[in-house]
Amino acid sequence: MTAQTEIRTTPAWFSNAMARCRNLEFVVGITLTLLLVGLVLLAPVFFPDGGESINLMARLAAPFAEPGHPLGTDALGRDILARIATGGKVSFVVGVYSSLGAVVLGTILGLYAGYYRGVLDTIVMRFADIQLAFPFILFAMTVIAIYGPSLERIIIVMIVTQWVQYARIVRGSVLALRERTFILAAKSYGQSSAKIIFSHILPNAMGPLIILLTLNIANNILLESSLTFLGLGVDPQTPSWGGMLAEGRNYVQTAWWITLFPGLAIMLTVLGLNLLGDWLRDQLGKSVQ
Amino acid sequence: MTQQASSPEQKCRGETFQPKPILSVNDLQVQFGSTPVVDKVSFDLYRSRTLAIVGESGSGKSISSLAIMGLVKHLGAKVSHGSMQFESDLLGSVDLAQLPEEKHRIIRGREISMIFQEPMASLNPVFTIGDQLCETLMIHRGISKKQAQAEACQLLDLVRIPQSKRILGYYPHQLSGGQLQRVMIAMAISCKPKILIADEPTTALDVTIQAQILGLISDLQNELNSGIIFISHNMAVVSEVADDILVMRNSKEVERNSMEGLLAEPKASYTRNLLSAVPELGSMQGLEKPRYFAQYSEEQETLPERDLDKQVKYAEPLLEVDKLSVRYSVHDGFMGKISHYVHAAEQVSFAIYPGETLSIVGESGSGKSTVGRTIQQLAEPHSGEVRLDGENLFELPSNRKKLFSREIQYVFQDPYGALNPRKTIGASIIEPAWVHGLVRSKKQADERVAELLEMVGLKAEHARRYPKEFSGGQRQRICIARALACEPKLIIADEAVSALDVSVQAQVVNLFMHLQETQGIAYLFISHDMAIVERISHRVAVMYLGQIVEIGSRQQIFENPQHPYTQKLIASVPTIRNRKQNKSPEMSAEIPSVIRKIGDEPDVHEYVEVTKGHLVANHSPALTN
Repeated sequence: MTAQTEIRTTPAWFSNAMARCRNLEFVVGITLTLLLVGLVLLAPVFFPDGGESINLMARLAAPFAEPGHPLGTDALGRDILARIATGGKVSFVVGVYSSLGAVVLGTILGLYAGYYRGVLDTIVMRFADIQLAFPFILFAMTVIAIYGPSLERIIIVMIVTQWVQYARIVRGSVLALRERTFILAAKSYGQSSAKIIFSHILPNAMGPLIILLTLNIANNILLESSLTFLGLGVDPQTPSWGGMLAEGRNYVQTAWWITLFPGLAIMLTVLGLNLLGDWLRDQLGKSVQ
Repeated sequence: MTQQASSPEQKCRGETFQPKPILSVNDLQVQFGSTPVVDKVSFDLYRSRTLAIVGESGSGKSISSLAIMGLVKHLGAKVSHGSMQFESDLLGSVDLAQLPEEKHRIIRGREISMIFQEPMASLNPVFTIGDQLCETLMIHRGISKKQAQAEACQLLDLVRIPQSKRILGYYPHQLSGGQLQRVMIAMAISCKPKILIADEPTTALDVTIQAQILGLISDLQNELNSGIIFISHNMAVVSEVADDILVMRNSKEVERNSMEGLLAEPKASYTRNLLSAVPELGSMQGLEKPRYFAQYSEEQETLPERDLDKQVKYAEPLLEVDKLSVRYSVHDGFMGKISHYVHAAEQVSFAIYPGETLSIVGESGSGKSTVGRTIQQLAEPHSGEVRLDGENLFELPSNRKKLFSREIQYVFQDPYGALNPRKTIGASIIEPAWVHGLVRSKKQADERVAELLEMVGLKAEHARRYPKEFSGGQRQRICIARALACEPKLIIADEAVSALDVSVQAQVVNLFMHLQETQGIAYLFISHDMAIVERISHRVAVMYLGQIVEIGSRQQIFENPQHPYTQKLIASVPTIRNRKQNKSPEMSAEIPSVIRKIGDEPDVHEYVEVTKGHLVANHSPALTN
């Protein structure tokens, strides 16, 4: 009894160092995220042409070689910075909306399946198993082949394939939580099931969800890029990070900046979101520990 | 027991002859970082004597023993000051505080060994009992596997486990808690240690099993002549086994004396408080009403013992339970067909009158919690009726059932788990009132929370805090405040004070009684602790294997127990007054299982009325032992 309570106390220098790390995590995470979100949001102001004006005189210019093109130009002489700023919109929209859609769908199904068990649980979980066994690329290709590429369809494809992980994680937490005494206590004074699920269980299952959500946003930005790279993403006219990577592929040997900068944009966004998610989870845990 | 040893008392008087202590701890200080968790503690341990270290949770009693074992480094702490002189047979006289880890390992488990509180958690679930026993023997005695197995067999005989050969091949989950603790003891004594440290060895066990284990430990001491350090929070248990005692509080030593000396004349006010808070079975003899615990502050008695000032009217019962049975089905086989039933409660009948406390006592598995949970609609009944003010709960439509969950509230055992860690306590307390529409606005809710918090002895400004900021006792008060939010007529308290330290326990029991006095609430008090039950109850029901075996007023049950199980239960309770009675250690008498095949119904007891209101089940002679 005594031992358990006292083991937790860590040396002061250690917890201080940890706190500083956490702070650093937050500062770096928020800076990166804000920087990139800001760039994307302000793109129409800075780059009214949307990075689509072609300048064949200045094609494949290296960074800072031509005035007005700090990150260089691509094969058609379009400004890389402008295209990154404009193309980021696609990445963020796909990343955020698909993840939010998946988290809402998956969480609700997971909560109810875990809380009520029985038939509902079996149906939801078998569906999840089938979904997991189905190759994502095949599914995406089928949908795009039938209906043609568009932003909305990509988002829907992602939601349909990704709710499973949320449902599984939430269900796992619910299974542990529903046996806790405070849930039993809530039942004992006649609290309704819906209230128990959303006001007692959900807040306690949030920690892993938040982490997964930030990871998932980052992941979906990558996924969108890959799909576009494969030609399954948004239509080729719209600038996007994945599309830029695909275009730059042929010039990697001679014009590395075409691929490097969109790649860097993806990497920094993902890193920023991951750090932020880590920090957020720790903050959520604070009231409990 | 040999009389060769002298108590530290005599030592202080400077007598010429005195045996050397086998362990002499001087000014011991253990720190986590810069926080001392054991501060300037000294004691001596002699051969064949038992030293008890007593204190509440967080007092540093376990850490002191881990320091002797050399295990504090493992926890990230260090011995920062003081010495622990140990007379080792292998290493000569050594200071355990300075001993390097390699040397410590030689004596750990061999000359100094330890029994832990949780036998289930202390054994590795993937190895058999035999493997784990043999491991210790092979490491320390360097004997072959075959010899070790023979030895292990003897050890199990020594700790009185029947069919020792078969048990060796069992895995931990196949044994009961009492048997596992015997195995742990066998493991600890396997090398005939000079010092045996027992850290709350019986806290997790039922009272009849506890009595057996205590008897076993003192028997083994006579055989091995070990010095025992017995760590416990329970004064009554300690008074039965200890020769010397050290009382600790907030990592400091409060008082050190021989057991007789301490009981006769406790010096520190903390010790006095601790002793008065220990409910003594039999202390209520001849008294009719429940009685408050005395409370001491630093110096004087602030709240004297007194009777509960309220008369119960035995006219119309508040709650009637009639032939209630609860069964859980056990599924078996591929298709998951029901093969067995757990007969958790069988034909249980009783009534509770407004403003009275009915206690249900019994050991784990007796079905006492099941009854409470079924009344609270947390478990489904198999048959029977529960009537509140004449209405049968199980026949009501669901909207009327909800009214039951307002009139009856439940307080759970575990105050740490019963509050949602992510809600402020104010929000938790008022939630039942929102559910039943008893508050309508935020302002009204805040006022009610303040009122409730003050009712249970907390402050109104605590409402915005989270559960983690409160101690166990405070959390239980919060849970009680929540139970009061709907102004219930009945509160079911399911082991509500069992997880609390003794002094806190006394305060919470007093709170329960105070609320009964001022608001006329009735309690269904479910507990395994006979001494607390004797304090708080008007009437008592004893449950065994899902059935009530005896029910009557508190005086009838405690002063004239009729059923052999009740008698055994009362006899097993350790008391301060009857210390060191040599209770004969019985062979392990485990409680039989309540799992039965379909169709194999248990016999339902018939009752005989001994005196008015005192019913006893007809008992077979088989139970008489």
